[in-house]
Amino acid sequence: MHSSTLLIIVLGLMSLAYYLGRKRAIVSAGGAGRISTLHSLPTYYGLYAALWAGIPAILLMGLWTAFQDEILVALVKAELPGSMLEGLSPGAVGLLVNDIKNLASGAIVSRVATPEMQAAADRFALFSQIAVWAMWLGVLALAVGGMAFAWLRTNPRMRARNRVESIFMVILVVFSSIAILTTLGIVLSVLFESLRFFQEISPLDFFFGTLWSPQTALRADQVGASGAFGAVPLFTGTLMVSTIAMLVAVPIGLMSAIYLSEYAPRRVRSWAKPTLEVLAGVPTVVYGFFAALTVAPFIRELGMSMGLNVASESALAAGLVMGVMIIPFVSSLSEDVINAVPQAMRDGSYALGATQSETIRRVVIPAALPGIVGGVLLAVSRAIGETMIVVMAAGLAANLTANPLDSVTTVTVQIVTLLTGDQEFDSAKTMAAFALGLTLFVVTLALNVIALHIVRKYREQYE
Amino acid sequence: MSKSHAAGAPPKRTIDIVNASLKRRYARERRFRLVGLAAVILGLTFVGLLFADIIAKGHTAFVQTYIQLPVTFDAETLDPMGTRDPETLARANYQAVIRDALRNEFPEVTERRATRALASIISVGAPSHLRDMVLKNPDLVGTTREVWLLADDDIDMLMKGHIDRNLPESERRVKDQTVGWVEQLESQGRIEKRFNTIFFTNGTSREPELAGIAGALMGSFYTLVLTLLISFPIGVGAALYLEEFAPKNRWTDLIEVNINNLAAVPSIVFGLLGLAVFIALFGVPRSTPLVAALVLSLMTLPTIIIASRAALKSVPPSIREAALGVGASPLQTQMHHVLPLAMPGMLTGTIIGMAQALGETAPLLMIGMIAFIVDIPSGFTSPSTVLPVQIFLWADSPERAFVERTSAAIMVLLAFLILMNLGAVLLRRRFERRW
Repeated sequence: MHSSTLLIIVLGLMSLAYYLGRKRAIVSAGGAGRISTLHSLPTYYGLYAALWAGIPAILLMGLWTAFQDEILVALVKAELPGSMLEGLSPGAVGLLVNDIKNLASGAIVSRVATPEMQAAADRFALFSQIAVWAMWLGVLALAVGGMAFAWLRTNPRMRARNRVESIFMVILVVFSSIAILTTLGIVLSVLFESLRFFQEISPLDFFFGTLWSPQTALRADQVGASGAFGAVPLFTGTLMVSTIAMLVAVPIGLMSAIYLSEYAPRRVRSWAKPTLEVLAGVPTVVYGFFAALTVAPFIRELGMSMGLNVASESALAAGLVMGVMIIPFVSSLSEDVINAVPQAMRDGSYALGATQSETIRRVVIPAALPGIVGGVLLAVSRAIGETMIVVMAAGLAANLTANPLDSVTTVTVQIVTLLTGDQEFDSAKTMAAFALGLTLFVVTLALNVIALHIVRKYREQYE
Repeated sequence: MSKSHAAGAPPKRTIDIVNASLKRRYARERRFRLVGLAAVILGLTFVGLLFADIIAKGHTAFVQTYIQLPVTFDAETLDPMGTRDPETLARANYQAVIRDALRNEFPEVTERRATRALASIISVGAPSHLRDMVLKNPDLVGTTREVWLLADDDIDMLMKGHIDRNLPESERRVKDQTVGWVEQLESQGRIEKRFNTIFFTNGTSREPELAGIAGALMGSFYTLVLTLLISFPIGVGAALYLEEFAPKNRWTDLIEVNINNLAAVPSIVFGLLGLAVFIALFGVPRSTPLVAALVLSLMTLPTIIIASRAALKSVPPSIREAALGVGASPLQTQMHHVLPLAMPGMLTGTIIGMAQALGETAPLLMIGMIAFIVDIPSGFTSPSTVLPVQIFLWADSPERAFVERTSAAIMVLLAFLILMNLGAVLLRRRFERRW
């Protein structure tokens, strides 16, 4: 009785409805030769029937699966003796409910089952059995009912095409709203958790505190486990890694963009550009591996041979590799804007006797500067949001340091470490990750908006 | 006045100033050009370095060391009752069989610690290999056969030269005694490197020699299929509506700005969304291809929508006008005429989006794809991991042998990505159309 079986049955019913609806339309027109008396093509009558059979049934199925569990839990909880729930925190109630569910499904239970729990589990099992049956009956009845409804309404005068098309339009509108829903989902999910976090930890401590140690105590008497959520070390770490990355990416990216668009022969350009762009397509986890296993040890060896003390996971290694990753972003965005500078401006410069490099430096680059700045800002926001390289190569210790040879940690690294492994949804530790996520989202969004604005405004100048 | 000033020197003409500076300017020109060339070469060097490093580290993972031993399938040990009952055979002590085989091979090893070291040259997966052999062919019991057994990862590393035999013994994982045994076996031709099928057929494992990418590959496959099924229709539908039907008002402007911004949101934030909305709110089971596909679909949607809109824009209005002119409804015009013409461009964008999704790691860490899962996933809701996350997990493993496996897994991932991107390029070339 798997729900995917039900879905397949409904899909089968839809194709049956299509076949029947189409046939009925032809019959009602008086045979295949007289289709022209129908308002729409027979296919549309078929589609109309199929949509009636499928959409309500699938909607019901979706709603049912979404809410079944909650309703069942509420029913079972209502039947539990009040003494069992008395004085329990919401988390403990959740654990109890979980145990009851596990008991019902025969999985491992975290405590000795009392008779009350056993009874509740039996009830839960019974209810879920009933619920599954009811869902099958309801969904199938709705599908068949929809089919019958469409069947009854099929006649030559019905405007099947218009109806089908208006349903399609609704579906298209829903599809395009998903982008808005996604943004809303992001904002709400990080906002709610962050607000809860800021109720426990003051925003002042978070944004200006210099100590980051997110362990919270399991027991009240533990030493040094109160948790400190000062995010300044994370911000400086992020800033340092991103700065190193930009120091690598901007000169190399900009100079290669200039060379490829102004100097390089067509043949060289045609293979050098796609080869450079390979760097953008390589998954970041590969860069992380490269940084952690090749670049970091290399830098360490190099530093040791010069008598420097280099951490095995250094900001420098992560930053260098991240810079390599960002080169193609900078180069392709700069190339776009450099190409957009009108040839007439270069010709004017040549006419005055300037060499090519003088033209590029004095005319092309200043003209393209806003666009280049926009591109660099986009690259910065990518560097700030980049996760895997820093997770694998920058370290976990929240050092407040200005030394790039030290290990630092970044906002994204902390989000990952706080949210992988054991987690409870109520602890300040988990919610801190969401607060960091909110900060990251806001900062990168602001950077992107500014960058897109600059790029767009600049582009309009010459068009 | 000025003449008297320059009485000694000939008068300086503008052309002289220019000529004097020309050399400097040309030198500067050459320098600038050289710096540009150097930047390009540096970038290309990074590409080469990255690939060379991965291949140098990983190519050895495609072979695996096997050790040949005469194994006696002792009836006393395996099937004392003589019933050949499959259940008895399945539960028998194959470890003992291997131990006996090693003892026969090296009769001089008697000390306890040495025997233990000797036993550890064979992989812990070897007993189950023997069990499978016996279960498949129960007649083996009581006979002696030459069997190739999987070597332990340390021996494998030694054979591949990743452990340097010339280092002092204390700095090396494999001790002199073991090296001696290995060299003895080598001289008898009892050690061989073969193509590593395990790497492609097994799920992951704590033992490097038994670890494979099959589980992660299947997980990636299910995730990508589901991502495609979700994001392609939604992306194309949204693009169609926004480009062709939507009235130009504040609402559609908002959607448009939104899509552009979503394309630039850090991927890890999508992980937070998946955790808070799909897992905590809707109760989608974690570490499954289903929840991974939901998150990745939302991430790839902007890519697909932007590419699809560009494809729709490139279809000339005359096509639409012609279709409308013969009486097609607006939707029919789109479905029958515009969409087929725009499809290659849409597919190109989709393939690029899928390639991004295939290589994405960070948001999947949030939704539990880093669980240690040995089984090969069997469907959209069975726990699984994906290839990039497997790479991340292996990169963290301390065993030397995992380094080559990580690199090999990276090679497989890159091969898929290159194939996908090549597909997108070919598709674009094949259907490139001038109106």
